[in-house]
Amino acid sequence: MANGVPLNWYLILSAILFGLGVAGFIYRRNIITVFMSIELMLNAVNLTFITFSYSFKQVDGHIFSFFVMVVAAAEAAVGLAIILTVFKNRETLMVDDVSSMKY
Amino acid sequence: MTALIFFIFAGIAVFCGINLVAQTHPIASALSLIGVMGSLAILYLQLGGEFIAAAQMIVYAGAIMVLFVFVIMLLNAGAEGALQTSRFVRYFGIVLLAAFLGLISFIIQSMLPRTEGVVFGLFQGGTAVDVGRKLFTIYLLPFEVTSVLILIAIVGAIVLARKEI
Amino acid sequence: MNFLILSLIKAAVVAFVLLTALAYLQWIERKVIAHIQLRVGPYRVGPHGLLQPLADVVKLITKEGVIPSHVNRVFYLMAPWVAVTLALISIAVIPFGPEIQIGPIKTWMQLTDLNIGILFVLAVSSVGVYGVALGGWASNNKYALLGGLRSSAQMISYELPLGLAVAAPLLLANTLSFRKMVEYQSGYWLGFIPRWNVIPEIFGFAVFLIAGFAETNRVPFDLPEAENELVAGFHTEYSSMKFAAFFMAEYANMVTVTAVATLLFLGGWTPPFPEPYSDAIPILVFLIGGLIAFYHGLQPARKMDKFTLPATGLVFLGIAAIFGVSLVPALAVLKAILMALFWFCGKIGILLFLFIWVRGTLPRFRYDQLMRFAWIFLFPLSVINLLVTSLVVALTSK
Repeated sequence: MANGVPLNWYLILSAILFGLGVAGFIYRRNIITVFMSIELMLNAVNLTFITFSYSFKQVDGHIFSFFVMVVAAAEAAVGLAIILTVFKNRETLMVDDVSSMKY
Repeated sequence: MTALIFFIFAGIAVFCGINLVAQTHPIASALSLIGVMGSLAILYLQLGGEFIAAAQMIVYAGAIMVLFVFVIMLLNAGAEGALQTSRFVRYFGIVLLAAFLGLISFIIQSMLPRTEGVVFGLFQGGTAVDVGRKLFTIYLLPFEVTSVLILIAIVGAIVLARKEI
Repeated sequence: MNFLILSLIKAAVVAFVLLTALAYLQWIERKVIAHIQLRVGPYRVGPHGLLQPLADVVKLITKEGVIPSHVNRVFYLMAPWVAVTLALISIAVIPFGPEIQIGPIKTWMQLTDLNIGILFVLAVSSVGVYGVALGGWASNNKYALLGGLRSSAQMISYELPLGLAVAAPLLLANTLSFRKMVEYQSGYWLGFIPRWNVIPEIFGFAVFLIAGFAETNRVPFDLPEAENELVAGFHTEYSSMKFAAFFMAEYANMVTVTAVATLLFLGGWTPPFPEPYSDAIPILVFLIGGLIAFYHGLQPARKMDKFTLPATGLVFLGIAAIFGVSLVPALAVLKAILMALFWFCGKIGILLFLFIWVRGTLPRFRYDQLMRFAWIFLFPLSVINLLVTSLVVALTSK
């Protein structure tokens, strides 16, 4: 290409990664893998933000992406702590087995 | 050269994404996610986001994923058992997913206006100086609020995960 | 195309020198620790054990590489590779000297200068935790798993004080690239005190070094991998080349940490005195070293030293002569290269000697003491250091 990679391809890649994240979220039964699919979705959204930041030639998209990363870190910490607590009580990591509030 | 790098690392990202969904053991999924994050960091570099690329590797791949790997090792999560949905549903789901993604790609390609190409080095505004300048002037309130959010997350994680004596 | 060939040549030179230096760093460590413990160290293989690293390399390569049957093969084979690759990558952004001009080629003595050089080194050391964690987990062994988990928890806990200690000189110099950081530290106050960052940032330097000890799993923080704890920790099940890879990764991490400490705090390749006086120092150092070697060669303690010590003396006098010859104005390029390399490698050498000295002297921390030290003492100290630095910068800038 004389003038570089078309911007739309980055958006298509982001859509593919987001779709894979949704597929993992729906298919998988291990709660940690489900959580990782959520992180994959967040990464895909980060790529979209940075792509549009390039398109408008402003740095605000980078800052949004930075905040997404920070919130993902906080969410991962608390979510994994909750998973640890659920594992301590129910002794299973499969989503299907934690299907009722009463143990 | 830009197109070559894009294809290589986009291919690695998609391959690792598929690996994340297809592997049965959570550790293999975690390492595939680290592969996705690494290749996305290279793509951010191509788009001029050098600070975000470094932050992605330090924060996401170097801290958050280490947390995931720790929890998987601590809980000794084994490989998943066989799925209970029927084979037809699973394969049809993959076909549907591919069709959906193809539809989205077609829409993106045809409806969005022709944008200019990505040339590495065209956007010089993604340095740490620019990000810092905006972060501490215009976006100061979200910055301070997220620092309180992280404090809440730290306290919450410690309270939830400690041993009850 | 010119840039590509130049980079390839630089990469080949740096790789060759680095790998040889890592092997001989192990020799130096064994000799220094031996002399601290009043013994001799490697002595027989070659004069004064100088061929010992070569013998070790041959042994490690030809040893049978046993892969136990109960390990997870993919991760078991991947872990040392990841550790070594990431440990060697961070040398790419370390500058060894200023810009030099050899004939028509003008280049910096550095593989590449990134705008985010310091963040790159931090990122590589963050991802380097996986080599240890995976190595411990893939071995499918209680001790290895515990050692791997403890070691990775230690590494990520000490990354925080490391990053905050790095942030203080960044505030002073207002840049993230190593080149500009060294340029900020050139020049002298009052004509003779160098403008190194260690003088305003002495606490930052101390925190960085302590965190560097913990990042590279060195004594006193080497509980996860010591031989008499946890049966050698995360590299219990590794043999021959894979074990050598972990070892090499540890030494490469040490070199990286000391190189970054030199660049950020000790002024990189700038000499501590102004230019005309500091040119005499390398000549004096090697001259005195050669004379001492000759003197001891006259009354050697052991029979073989009658030949080796005078030979060493001759080598040192030869190096002093090279430094002296390079002062001729016609060989200015040689002088620039040699002086920069002397000061940079000299400072790294002093810090590495400190690492080895501490290894031979201090006992190791218990694991909970180690974590307590990081979170309750080192982290608040680095935060306070950063706060005071930023206060001073904010009040004194226009």
